Amino acid sequence: MAQVHLKNLVKSYGALSVVHGINLDIAEGEFVVLVGPSGCGKSTTLRMVAGLEDISGGEIVIGDRVVNDLPPRERNLAMVFQNYALYPHMTVRENLGFSLKIAKKSQGEIDAAVNEAAEILALTPLLDRKPGALSGGQRQRVAMGRAIVRHPDVFLFDEPLSNLDAKLRTQMRVEIKKLHQKVGSTVIYVTHDQIEAMTLADRIVIMRDGHIVQVGTPLEVFENPVNTFVATFIGSPPMNLLPGVAKDGQIVLADGTAIPLPPGYKLAEGRRIQLGIRADNIMPEGHALPPTAHMAHVDMKVTLSEPLGTETVVYAQLSGTEVQAKMLNPRPVQTGEVLRFAIALDKCHLFDADTGLSLKA
Amino acid sequence: MTRAKLPPWLLLLMPAFLILAAVVLVPLLLSLYSSFTPYHLTRPETLWKINFPFNYEKALTDLGFWKAFGRTVLLLTIALNLEMLLGLGLALMVSKVQRGQRTLRTMMMFPMMFSPILVGFMFKFIFNDNVGLVNNALQSMGLASTAIPWLVDGNLALFAIICAEVWMSTSVFAILILAGLYALPQDPLEAAKVDGCTPWQSFRYVTLPFLMPFIYIAMAIRSLDVARAYDIVQVMTGGGPAKRTELLWTMIGRTGYVDARMGYANAMGYIAILLSIAFTVYFFLKLQRARRELGMED
Repeated sequence: MAQVHLKNLVKSYGALSVVHGINLDIAEGEFVVLVGPSGCGKSTTLRMVAGLEDISGGEIVIGDRVVNDLPPRERNLAMVFQNYALYPHMTVRENLGFSLKIAKKSQGEIDAAVNEAAEILALTPLLDRKPGALSGGQRQRVAMGRAIVRHPDVFLFDEPLSNLDAKLRTQMRVEIKKLHQKVGSTVIYVTHDQIEAMTLADRIVIMRDGHIVQVGTPLEVFENPVNTFVATFIGSPPMNLLPGVAKDGQIVLADGTAIPLPPGYKLAEGRRIQLGIRADNIMPEGHALPPTAHMAHVDMKVTLSEPLGTETVVYAQLSGTEVQAKMLNPRPVQTGEVLRFAIALDKCHLFDADTGLSLKA
Repeated sequence: MTRAKLPPWLLLLMPAFLILAAVVLVPLLLSLYSSFTPYHLTRPETLWKINFPFNYEKALTDLGFWKAFGRTVLLLTIALNLEMLLGLGLALMVSKVQRGQRTLRTMMMFPMMFSPILVGFMFKFIFNDNVGLVNNALQSMGLASTAIPWLVDGNLALFAIICAEVWMSTSVFAILILAGLYALPQDPLEAAKVDGCTPWQSFRYVTLPFLMPFIYIAMAIRSLDVARAYDIVQVMTGGGPAKRTELLWTMIGRTGYVDARMGYANAMGYIAILLSIAFTVYFFLKLQRARRELGMED
């Protein structure tokens, strides 16, 4: 186990810069998830930590060693790849034990470590198969087992679940979380799936265009997004953003609908803003929205509804913007129906219309 | 009157059958038959006298035949392994080249574009003991005081022949191995790096097993080539001096066309073909095993 520090980490390919001076401190045993859309530099950052990419600038410290110029094999970390990257010519047993064999461990030690890892991951009956004869989920478990046997300082996961089907993904997510609770190593996990990020992370690092946008616990980034990017990226369905202008202590939307200013915000008259409302905080009246002191009401015409069983996502038009609202205790909703929606104002967010930054004091 | 009509599929296949029979089947059967006779090219009537198994017994008890047989296997073993190692090295180096790789690949194939006869003449000149490049170079660098009889001494002559073979055909290995390197998946290599492999270990445990099928394909192709080696040897030494570089096919060629003892030559030819088949089967089995190891289905 070890801490990991990234200091002003830069990656550029010639004139093209893809990671622009990242700073991040990861505590011992922490599960950190790097999340962001494709091309945000999260995988590149991970590969720099692994030593598979050169570092163009800055420093990576693992434990108390600056590892910038160390080859991957001297960094004592293990990596799980998106495409599993198993050795096709070796059996599961050989795949699991390979790193120990390279490290010249005795056969007894190798067997013990392999059997233990196989036990944890329920791979014991598959030990003598080749990767070609395994299913996707089984391969993924072998890839994880290969990482566990080494007891590395740091585990690196590069989108490990994106090749699995939805059901298996949920299952493996739980297994990864359990695994982390069991072995307690430092983990850096890269994904583009915000649900994986939310469910797995001790801390989420949200990246965009080679910069870190926000770092925080899952609840912090969910409840206090620093800008509209984080607000719409984290949480499902994404936060609704409605452009408006501050006027007389109210927010006036484009079509003239006035909504009271959420508590805790003070805005200059005429300031252009975006009002952020999560689907959980806008519901048809009478649909289990916990009543608070600050409620607002709007009428909206329903354009579409998606029943999900325990809840229904209702799409409706407000001031020319499509808004997604949730409806607990579902009932059939007709398209074109006009419903009265309640908004929990104290759960709303305000962002600057130009910079997108949160206006929370 | 009705004419017996052939079914259409047979009718359509008939030209192919006829051509194959004319160019392959009949000569094959004829040569097999003639190997059972004391057929002599200048005495056609000998074709009608069967003396089986005299020719085969004679070949199998002839020390000269077995020497040529052994020498062919020796040449095959040395040349193939050398070509494999050099080709592997060449392919690994070329695969690392960033610029001009296409040009290099083309240049690498130049030796394959020469006729083996010309390669033979070229190396005959290079190794000539009076005017050859090698002796000239050795002497002017002071590494040899007298001319080395490259093509006269039996072992040296075999060495010279191997040089010519290797020069001409290493690129067969290089090209096929290069194709393997291009198809090499990068993920397991990266996993190996993280798993603690040195570059050599990555090569040994990940790259090489993946290249083995390509190597065996090249081996199978080349073993057929070398087992029938004739042209280069014929030009460079003619099997001499005193039969010390005699290979199976130079021996068979001389027996058949110079001594005109075609029946005997054909008998030796059939024994020699068994050698080729044995090598091909051997490498093919190796190939299958290597593919199965990689989880590729046959």
